[in-house]
Amino acid sequence: MPRILTGNRLETGDVLWWTGTDWSPLIRDAVAIGDEGEALVAQLVAAERINDPALIDVTGEPGHWLPTTTRERVRASGPSVRADLARGSLSTEVI
Amino acid sequence: MYRYDQYDQAIVDARVAEFKDQVARRLRNEITEDQFKPLRLMNGLYLQLHAYMLRVAIPYGTLSGTQMRMLAHIARKYDRDYGHFTTRQNIQYNWIKLEQFADLLDDLSKVEMHAFQTSGNCIRNISSDQFAGAAADEVADPRPYAELLRQWSTLHPEFSFLPRKFKIAVIASDTDRAAIQLHDIGLQLRRNDAGELGFRVYVGGGMGRTPVIGSVVRDWIPVGQFLSYSEAILRVYNRYGRRDNIYKARIKILVNELGIEEFSRQVEAEWAELAPLGLDAPQAEYDRIIAQFAPPAFDPAAPDDLDLSDPDFAVWVSQNVHPHKAPGYAIATISLKPKRGIPGDASSAQIDAVADLATRYAHDEIRVTHSQNLVLAHVKKADLYALWQGLDAVGLATPNLDLVSDIIACPGMDYCTLANARSIPIAQKIAAKFEDLETQRDIGELKIKVSGCINGCGHHHAGHIGILGVDKKGEEAYQLLLGGSGAEDTSLAKILGPGFDENGIVVAVEKLIAFYRGARSGPDERFLDTYRRLGPAPFKDAVYAG
Repeated sequence: MPRILTGNRLETGDVLWWTGTDWSPLIRDAVAIGDEGEALVAQLVAAERINDPALIDVTGEPGHWLPTTTRERVRASGPSVRADLARGSLSTEVI
Repeated sequence: MYRYDQYDQAIVDARVAEFKDQVARRLRNEITEDQFKPLRLMNGLYLQLHAYMLRVAIPYGTLSGTQMRMLAHIARKYDRDYGHFTTRQNIQYNWIKLEQFADLLDDLSKVEMHAFQTSGNCIRNISSDQFAGAAADEVADPRPYAELLRQWSTLHPEFSFLPRKFKIAVIASDTDRAAIQLHDIGLQLRRNDAGELGFRVYVGGGMGRTPVIGSVVRDWIPVGQFLSYSEAILRVYNRYGRRDNIYKARIKILVNELGIEEFSRQVEAEWAELAPLGLDAPQAEYDRIIAQFAPPAFDPAAPDDLDLSDPDFAVWVSQNVHPHKAPGYAIATISLKPKRGIPGDASSAQIDAVADLATRYAHDEIRVTHSQNLVLAHVKKADLYALWQGLDAVGLATPNLDLVSDIIACPGMDYCTLANARSIPIAQKIAAKFEDLETQRDIGELKIKVSGCINGCGHHHAGHIGILGVDKKGEEAYQLLLGGSGAEDTSLAKILGPGFDENGIVVAVEKLIAFYRGARSGPDERFLDTYRRLGPAPFKDAVYAG
């Protein structure tokens, strides 16, 4: 199952996904992470600029990722009860 | 209302300066997240699913109009234009940015507010009766004593690192509107035959993973000695409360393991040492604080009659307005559970509107209830109609207090990192099933409480119907509990049977209510009373049979 890397930006708390070169607020920009994932997380923890970095399981394909747990789907889309605050790349309806 | 003196303000200013420095150091990477996390938590700042969440303390749930307007300002300037009133009479903001946090703290401190001790293993915000100072059945206003507790517990050096968080509630009526028996310490102010004031002290109550109804540790402590007695309780807890297991660390576990008699003996022994040391506030300090909670100058000529010719207004009055101890006045509850709304949420415009209405009609004072509603405690009956119109104009005149749609719900997995399931959509779906007001009024008092995890911020153990969100292999599931109460007839809800998915729990609640309506002995028998009379079996059959 593909894994993608997520975390929260220190300065703002914003939910972010790793694009391979940078961070994006949109899950559709995420890239699948291979065996290097754990080392990347360790690097991020040490750098102290991204809080709670974690590798999460997803289904789908690049541009159309869907986290496997409800919790991560909520993180990706925004609160299910506030469609007006949805993040844009994933509808709250998928929750 | 209590106003800060120079000591209060100096303490807040110093703490704000300290935390601003800690934030700046974190942003510069001079301290790690592991080092910073306990510091931010002690200042009410969490990292939740979507962003930082700030919990602002509202001591005993009482606010001035100016403070309320500041809460609206915070929502507008630093958040996404709304706030969430909590079951601890506080307010939370869900979209806070760390880089703006110093300015936010400065703004809060301008109106004698802050966020410390809204998290961490310390004495949390003191809660109280939202009708304090207005209820006809109280022996005195409980808030001066809650204020003394606030001062005593603020940055108390001995109790800043307790085994676990510690919650205290204070009331002064036989009617319990603050769930005192479900607190670590519950204090009920009473008057004896000699006319003296004293407290009945409950200890070891709580919800969460191990729900317990508090035990009476002392039936009477003179009001002048309740601080030193509270200190003795905290000392025994701080000394012997477990620190090896977070799930066994609350005082309720210690009381249960020792037994209330032994716990009481140890508290009395500790208090015998403490009481002579002069820890209790001098009478002059009591008098100073009590004077600040003096009732407003009620108009003795205020008419006691009320024009109920507008039927919508009449319904709101019958549901959301309570008697006041002063003739010609009333207590108005503002429901934060509108149709399709989010329990406890209010926009900045609504918060501002309530502040303005409070200034105009309610002596500039607002209360937050543990049921996530707001209260204007001192309203002239002659002003109620204008108040209702003002509330209606901003969508805050829902006449559903204590009815099936007045549901407590924690933020749940829509916001909270601890949650296993969402709470708010469950509350919304149940409320939508009973949208018709006449149906709600026919069902009568029914307190539904929804928590998204075992920590129980939605008070599911105290619900007539309680719903607990659990994780089932990464998916949401919901347990159904019945028979709880957080009132003076405190009881703990019990699990009825196997859990449900999101839609199943809503159907189960519909079945329960349908059964109740057919089984009640009469229109005045509440859901809870029918459950207590019949026991769980027929309710279980109604939900699970067939």
